[in-house]
Amino acid sequence: MDHLLSSSAWLLALGQALLFAALAPGLTGWIRKAKARLQNRRGAPVLQPYRDLYKLLGKEVRVAHTASPLFRAAPYVVFVATWLAAATVPLITVDLPTAMIADIIVLVGLLALARFFLALAGMDVGTAFGGMGASREMLVSALAEPAMLLAVFTLAMTAHSTNLASVIDAHLHGPLVLRPSFLFALGALVLVAIAETGRIPVDNPSTHLELTMIHEAMILEYSGRHLALMEWAAQIKLLLYGSLIANVFFPWGIATGLEPGALAVGLAAVVLKLAALGALLATAETVLAKMRLFRVPAFLNLALLLALLGLLGHVILEVGS
Amino acid sequence: MDLALWLAAAAVALALASSGVSLAAPWMPRLLRLVAMPLVGLAGLAATVAGLIALTQGGVITAELPMGLPWLPWQVRLDVLSGFFLVVIGIVTLAVGIYGPAYVRGFEHGRDSLAALGGFAGVFLTGMLLVVLADDAFLFMVAWEVMSLASYFLVAFHHEAAANRRAAFLYLLMAHIGGLAILLGYGVLASFGGGFDFGAMRAAELSGGWASVAFVLAFLGFGMKAGLVPLHAWLPEAHPVAPSHISALMSGVMLKVAVYGFIRFVFDLIGEFHWQWGVAVLAVGSGSALMGVLYALMQNDLKRLLAYSSVENIGIIFIALGLSLLYLGAGSPLLGAVALVAALYHAINHALFKGLLFLGAGAVLQSTHEHDLEQMGGLLRRMPWTGLFFLVGCISISALPPFNGFVSEWLTFQSALQAWQLESGVLRSLVPVAAAVLALTGALAAACFVKVYGVAFLGRARSRHVRRARRVPFGMRAGQGLLAVLCLALGVWPSGVVALLGVIPEHVLGVGLSQATARGWLWLTPVAAETASYSAPLVVLLLAALTALSVLVWRRKALRRARRSDPWDCGFAPPEPHMQYTSTAFAQPIRRVFSLVFQIDEGMEPGTGGAARYRLRVQDRAWEALYLPAARIVEASSRRVARLQSGNLRRYLGWTLVTVLVLLWIIS
Repeated sequence: MDHLLSSSAWLLALGQALLFAALAPGLTGWIRKAKARLQNRRGAPVLQPYRDLYKLLGKEVRVAHTASPLFRAAPYVVFVATWLAAATVPLITVDLPTAMIADIIVLVGLLALARFFLALAGMDVGTAFGGMGASREMLVSALAEPAMLLAVFTLAMTAHSTNLASVIDAHLHGPLVLRPSFLFALGALVLVAIAETGRIPVDNPSTHLELTMIHEAMILEYSGRHLALMEWAAQIKLLLYGSLIANVFFPWGIATGLEPGALAVGLAAVVLKLAALGALLATAETVLAKMRLFRVPAFLNLALLLALLGLLGHVILEVGS
Repeated sequence: MDLALWLAAAAVALALASSGVSLAAPWMPRLLRLVAMPLVGLAGLAATVAGLIALTQGGVITAELPMGLPWLPWQVRLDVLSGFFLVVIGIVTLAVGIYGPAYVRGFEHGRDSLAALGGFAGVFLTGMLLVVLADDAFLFMVAWEVMSLASYFLVAFHHEAAANRRAAFLYLLMAHIGGLAILLGYGVLASFGGGFDFGAMRAAELSGGWASVAFVLAFLGFGMKAGLVPLHAWLPEAHPVAPSHISALMSGVMLKVAVYGFIRFVFDLIGEFHWQWGVAVLAVGSGSALMGVLYALMQNDLKRLLAYSSVENIGIIFIALGLSLLYLGAGSPLLGAVALVAALYHAINHALFKGLLFLGAGAVLQSTHEHDLEQMGGLLRRMPWTGLFFLVGCISISALPPFNGFVSEWLTFQSALQAWQLESGVLRSLVPVAAAVLALTGALAAACFVKVYGVAFLGRARSRHVRRARRVPFGMRAGQGLLAVLCLALGVWPSGVVALLGVIPEHVLGVGLSQATARGWLWLTPVAAETASYSAPLVVLLLAALTALSVLVWRRKALRRARRSDPWDCGFAPPEPHMQYTSTAFAQPIRRVFSLVFQIDEGMEPGTGGAARYRLRVQDRAWEALYLPAARIVEASSRRVARLQSGNLRRYLGWTLVTVLVLLWIIS
């Protein structure tokens, strides 16, 4: 583990964190574009989210009279916690010192910290929609977080480590076997990712109906750079889940060292994987309809059940053999 | 005697002195604030220092007190385990001592008895300190009863309300049933050890099923005091009705004394481990954690909610203790030590943040005279410091990094994730299920404290007296501040705490956590560096650096000040305070999803003027399932016994004669 603490590894970790922030709007733009094409629309350019962020960052901030200091601090906390969580996920290379600082449980904890402040910010101004969004978000997360943790526990127990880099490393260097537990964990993680990033069928990121909003309802009162940070954090979260699924379950192509050639291959591989995942998500969002809020628990219970089956399958079938 | 033990004795003496001074309070009310409460704080300080010395030195100090029965002198002993719990008691007591003077001032002009408040508080503290120091069952039980009785009077402090008297009586009853179980447990150990002192019990070999009998009795007795489900129903009745600084001591500290008793009895005195015990503790702990947090979510009374959340946290502690017993019974002492450290870590964490939250609730209560969440709102702007400290407490209790609650849950998860090392497939699959329950509990706790903070401190005030809330005096803020800083410190520097706690399993189980801090103070690696590592200082550093960076970047880009305007709210009518989401509304989705757990009475009632009123009562199922049937059985059997009481003198004399004859027959 000591070779990971060299300065070049740290530089690479920093670069990768910046890459995470830089790529995130692109993924969102790509999904929107793909969705538009599937719906026979031309759609906005892939780079549109970048322009939106740039525009929002330059705009004046408006804060309600009734807002407390927490309202103004929350965008920074949400953005930074999400970004730090993303920085612990191997994107183009496995050798990542940040993965040692914070393992998968810390990653889940950092996302929970971001969500905690997001929900509080929703309740701060004192509007009905904000409280509604916060209440629903906490319901969804309360059911999604255990499923997420159980899914990553399956991976962690296979690799005998909760360090994400070690998990990917073990998967990459181990013999290529189809583990039933991994299939279950993948299913659970996909469902959780959909719920946590607020995609259809749990939440609709492009809805204009206040009564159906979850994530959007919490950030209704934000404007200017605050809104930009909140939007950007949501995009980073989407990229985080995307690269988690792409790199943990399909780790092939990711760089295992710090050589520039391998890194380039890693970057190309992850971009391709993410593009494929994004297209899949766009297709799913085109085909599926949004669920009623009280159907969501059944959806997430399925995720929890899959994750539990994966974990039990692992400890019963795979450990003993 | 050694310095640490002297300091511990000084803590006891100071607590007693505070109690004595308070007796004069009816004539001079200021005494309570100026002398008695500072003495409590000093007692806390002395206990903390004594405990820290004992923990760092790692030895065992014993002494014999010139008290007790002639053939049964009281023995005291200060080892690392009691040292640790002295620290737990001491820190919260110190904060209460700082907070108390300003808080009890609110009682000076009321009709409440100040002598009772200060007097019993001091005796209560004495009892807790002596429980931890006791080295024989006799002193232990005496101190235990002193603690229970003194706290009974504190629960009954606001005795004008019938509900409070009922809560206090229930508390007294449950404390004594629990005390009886503990007494019987000690009886089992004493009969094998041939003496009441712990040394003899430790040396004794328990034959056959007697170890399990002793374990069950201890689990029942200490579990009842700690508030484990389904025996918990007294706790949310009793803890909230005491004055807030006493609630902080009861929830933050007294429950930990019960945890201490359990650890001392099972891990130290019985000294043998069976995985079946671990499974039982794990199951009960998981149930308590989940039920506790679900019921906490349904509460609208702030202090009651905090009391239910104590049930949850005690559940988490017992999950870790159960894991520890399970691993020890299955022959993996190192993992057992990790889980034990996780339990101890969560014990001190819960003492800190629950103490902090109860002190915050007390500040809100004193400032607004309100304990109903539905009437609160917008307190962060009226009471910024209390609001900030309460936020720290909420983040910590929700187990979010980088605060302390996260570290203990992380450690518990890490020990649960080592389940693959177990031999038995059944155990291997049981432990992850407990981990799932723990994960669900953590997420629900976050929902619960978003509700508390969002409804009470954010948004707009829902009633007039809350709108007029004022900030509380400096002392009350300082007491909360101390605990808030400690919450952060224990979250940021876990390797130091784990290094300190590591001596406890070494002392009790003979296995230390040499791996945990092997990589220096930056890294926490409970099992091995390859398995898992967490560097809280670096996480905090990165969080701070990234925040500073983003603030700098975005601020420069938009130097103009943010403009204030009315809330947008999608352009609907201007929002009114009563249009905000209430506490009931916030919890509604969760109430609906988990409706099987609760006993819900919901419906519409005709109100005044043709309007309908919404009725909602959520009751604890433990009442219907356990408490009321038990009460009915007791009542029915006492009616049977009452038949003896015919009022006929000759019959009474007859009974006496029969009794004497039977006794003579037994003796002969």
